[in-house]
Amino acid sequence: MAKTASPATPSTAPRPSRILEGTWIPLVVFAILAVMPAVSVALDDSFLTLFVIRVMIFAIAAVSLDLILGYGALISFGHAAFLGIGAYGIGILSAEGTDEGLIAVPVALVAAGLFALVTGAISLKTRGVYFIMITLAFAQMAYYTTTSLSAYGGDDGLTIWSRTEFLGHAILDDRTTFYYVTFACLLGAYLLCRMIVASRFGRVLTGAKQSEVRLQAVGIDPYGYRLVAYVISAMLCALAGVLLANQTEFVSPAYMGWHRSGDLIVMVVLGGMGTLHGAIIGAAAYLVLEEVLQDFTEHWRLIFGPILVLVVLFGHGGIVRLLSILSGGRNRG
Amino acid sequence: MADPILRLERLSKHFGALRVTNELSLDVERGEVHAIIGPNGAGKTTLISQISGALAPDHGSIVFDGRDVTGLSMAQRARAGLARSFQITTILPNFTVLDNVALAVQARQGHSFRFVRAVNRDRSLTDAAAAHLETVGLLERAGTRAGSLSHGEKRSLELAIALATRPKLLLLDEPMAGTGREETERLVAVLKRLASDYTMILVEHDMDAVFALADRISVLVYGEVIATGAPEAIRENQKVRQAYLGEEA
Repeated sequence: MAKTASPATPSTAPRPSRILEGTWIPLVVFAILAVMPAVSVALDDSFLTLFVIRVMIFAIAAVSLDLILGYGALISFGHAAFLGIGAYGIGILSAEGTDEGLIAVPVALVAAGLFALVTGAISLKTRGVYFIMITLAFAQMAYYTTTSLSAYGGDDGLTIWSRTEFLGHAILDDRTTFYYVTFACLLGAYLLCRMIVASRFGRVLTGAKQSEVRLQAVGIDPYGYRLVAYVISAMLCALAGVLLANQTEFVSPAYMGWHRSGDLIVMVVLGGMGTLHGAIIGAAAYLVLEEVLQDFTEHWRLIFGPILVLVVLFGHGGIVRLLSILSGGRNRG
Repeated sequence: MADPILRLERLSKHFGALRVTNELSLDVERGEVHAIIGPNGAGKTTLISQISGALAPDHGSIVFDGRDVTGLSMAQRARAGLARSFQITTILPNFTVLDNVALAVQARQGHSFRFVRAVNRDRSLTDAAAAHLETVGLLERAGTRAGSLSHGEKRSLELAIALATRPKLLLLDEPMAGTGREETERLVAVLKRLASDYTMILVEHDMDAVFALADRISVLVYGEVIATGAPEAIRENQKVRQAYLGEEA
């Protein structure tokens, strides 16, 4: 695009269009998600609703990861641990006879938050590759802990016989209700992260990503802010785990395996880091590609890998960036 | 001397066998512009780093505003009122110029564990930030991405950020480094105006700037202060002429 913009003062001119440019993508995304159950009925395709629920669950996890990865440059390679802790929270409580969501959901989220608080306090003392490795190590610890939980299925995982109820109502047994509960969770997680990112807290987080020394020089020690962001991110990811356990009616150690953590990073990068809605699009693109390519060949990763490499090499900013270029947005860099 | 804003007592820092700061003692009085000059390798930046908290001294103490800050972190010292600018420009390149300064204002207003209100609609931040930008003559660039400023503008931005922390002492580490003649003159004029309101330590190679701004000058050679005094006295000082100014003449 030629830079033939108006000769107005460069500092204020592009503001209004930029706001629109930033909002239309999430609006379209949530509008599509809102009507999916109706589309599913129209197409008489019940699999579609189930699939989109799965997409939204992973979108919540990816959005939670994007909060610390895209805005804090904290490459957590152990985020699946929080997904797993959320899921196991529901599984174990259900096995112990507690299906009440008003108890089980807070317990699952707080458990993940505490795990994040302790592991984050240690991990955040490190940077770069060391942070990646140490978050991976903690997640693997959680993974092996669950494999040894013989009372709760160990390696084989744990079947959940009854979905989470709310005040005694088994609302999640209805597919459409489950869909909109998940939709509301995703929308809530997205708006919460949007708010955090735009707040004073968010500015510290994004500032620390650019120059830690600069923040210290004005009197801000980023450590505590990163730790709180890490805990918030973990609890949101655990919410995805809660939903996942309910959808699959099953939990297993595989939920927190390292490749699952890798999947989440790929989703965020694929969609576009540091945009939040990019994480949603990335999760959708990842799962759709997986689904389509799996039908095509069992060696689907052979095709998926190169696609990913191409996106990383040429598509800086992921799908979101691609969309805004296609829609005529300026090629900012 | 009564109640200096900063008192360094027998400060020492070694890198291996190299004594970069050697039993250095120095007082900076309230209200003065105290320049620290010295040939390359004299340990000026190392000294600034110890004062600001980026480096810990091997021994000795730093008393700032009546309080021993030797064991405090850089962030803690900044909150106590010690602001520094960096020799190598340290700004947040992806933030706008205004947001760079607004973050410093925010830091001054207390903790940032505030999650709800959007920062860009917070007038208490943006108004104060704009005022500091005006002070350094950078207000018309407020909406620009900081990373795309010219070098000279970045130096001014560093200064505005430091001012936004409302410091009791400004540590300026070569604020004119790498700027052109015109830009330097502009910065000197800005600093001259600020000198009536702020106490400053100025580390600078540009002797014209130093003699234009400083109330007192300390000359650092091999980690030791060989002379401290008014600019005229320093100019006449034989030891200084030999060790430093003589080299230039």
